[in-house]
Amino acid sequence: MNPYTVKIENLSLGYGNAKNVKHKIFPAFSVTADNAQFTALVGRNGVGKSTLLRTLAGLQNIFSGNIYINGKSTLTLSRKNYADLISFVSTEMIRVMHLKVFDLVAMGRYTYTNLFGNLSTNDEKIIVDSLKMVGMSDFIWRNVSELSDGERQRIMIARALVQDTPIMILDEPTAFLDIPNKYEIILLLKNLTRQKSKTIIFSTHDLNIALQLADKIWLMANRKMHEGTPSQLIRTKAFDEMFADTVLKMENGEVKFK
Amino acid sequence: MQANFYYMANDRTRRKFYFGALSLTAILLFLLDIVLGSISISIEEIFNVLFADDKVEPHISNIIINFRLPRACAALLVGVALSVSGLQMQTIFRNPLADPYILGVSSGASLGVALFLLGSSVFTVILPTLVSNFCIASAAFIGAALTLFLILLVSVRIRDIMTVLIFGIMFSGATTAIVGLLQYMSSESALKTFVVWTLGNLGNSTFDEIKIMFAVTLIGLTTVIFSIKKLNVLLLGDVYAQTVGVNVKRARILIFASTSLLTGQVVAFCGPIGFIGIAVPHIARMFFRRADHRILIPACILIGANIMLFCDIVSQLPGYGMILPINIVVAFVGIPVIIRIILSNKKIVS
Repeated sequence: MNPYTVKIENLSLGYGNAKNVKHKIFPAFSVTADNAQFTALVGRNGVGKSTLLRTLAGLQNIFSGNIYINGKSTLTLSRKNYADLISFVSTEMIRVMHLKVFDLVAMGRYTYTNLFGNLSTNDEKIIVDSLKMVGMSDFIWRNVSELSDGERQRIMIARALVQDTPIMILDEPTAFLDIPNKYEIILLLKNLTRQKSKTIIFSTHDLNIALQLADKIWLMANRKMHEGTPSQLIRTKAFDEMFADTVLKMENGEVKFK
Repeated sequence: MQANFYYMANDRTRRKFYFGALSLTAILLFLLDIVLGSISISIEEIFNVLFADDKVEPHISNIIINFRLPRACAALLVGVALSVSGLQMQTIFRNPLADPYILGVSSGASLGVALFLLGSSVFTVILPTLVSNFCIASAAFIGAALTLFLILLVSVRIRDIMTVLIFGIMFSGATTAIVGLLQYMSSESALKTFVVWTLGNLGNSTFDEIKIMFAVTLIGLTTVIFSIKKLNVLLLGDVYAQTVGVNVKRARILIFASTSLLTGQVVAFCGPIGFIGIAVPHIARMFFRRADHRILIPACILIGANIMLFCDIVSQLPGYGMILPINIVVAFVGIPVIIRIILSNKKIVS
């Protein structure tokens, strides 16, 4: 697989309304996510994490600035081009009656299948393998509506995996999960960057996870984007900006009361 | 792993059996629909009319060709069209209560018919005493077509699907108000004609009109073939559909066009027949226990045809001395059947 690098240049976040009045919610910044790296996006509620991830995935128009994937601007990409490059897992909980795990995961093969969506033996093998990878082999013919939150998150990741894209974007993949499930899913994702050379960008509120397991952190705080390895950000005291006007502080990589 | 795929193979066998059985009962009900009625006709006579015309008495042949056969065809087409439309609407709006009329197609058609039937009495335009069914159908069709145009316009400009839904409901409300005003102001006879129209009628259509219905249904169903894959992904909502490569706006136009065509022709030729469009997709899901549209669309086609033919048979069982309005039968026969299915299914599931 070719190296896939995501480069964000002078991107600012915001939204415009029908009368073309624009509201900027985050000023321009530049960051990169390198090939086969595990990048965590951290920041407080409402700072614009989801907006950034949605913009990256092409679900939202770029407010201003540029996004490049392997040096090519994403402005001209079609929906299919995006689907070939980036798979996305949102925070939305899917509860569709009578929807089988197999059928849900199969949706990731959308661009690969024919008009009717008929799956080839190869497609079926990819689906089975992906479910095995996320530890959900035994659930293949279960109803999605009967799964626990952790199980559902795993099959949403399997669905992103069968899309077979070089880049994966996940919005809070560990929300709603218990601690063992959190770590299992994050380790699973990290393994994908190592074994399958996937470039993964995920947002999280769990600083322990970001500090211990991410290769790089994008920290959105105090209207500034801080980029660096976990130890770099601890050294530059970037987290203090995130905890400004709260009762918390960061000390030696641990969150403490002031 | 082996065991799981064995289960899937097993499931396929069961599915084939269901499809086979449903096709068979549809054919049987279709024949029964022609046979039963105030004058009984034998199966032999039906085949003779179709394949050896000279062997049958002219009045029997007349009944079959001009009344029973078009009626049975109308029932079949209405069942198919409404069920497939309802399924598409429930999927795209991700709402189990969505029905084919949610976009306002029937309201638009009703407005067309009301303007034609009631407006003429309000504005004292002299109509020919016998208002032909084709005129009503044309009025309804124009109303439905204008609504479709409006829906497409809205769906291209509005991004959020729930806004489209609210727009549809508001549009229905507005047209209902206009229809109400027309009803309030119109003459009694025109009002009765309109009320009868709202009760639905499968027996109005001539064979030529059935041909039009057949053609439109075929176009609508062909369009659905192109959206099967999109419908499957839309189960997860617009965001996931986009990220796997669906152009959501284009998909929406395709699905709305198909639904409007299928539903519009039903309302135009047979009136606003309720309830089938909302119930059949649920029955299909319960029977086949899948959400995959490759299974659900043929399932809706077969189950819709079966239920509508059954209702039509009940509407004209010998002994009433008349044919009951189809909407009343659909409600009285259909609702208990469906509640029974839902309840018995609940027992199995929970």
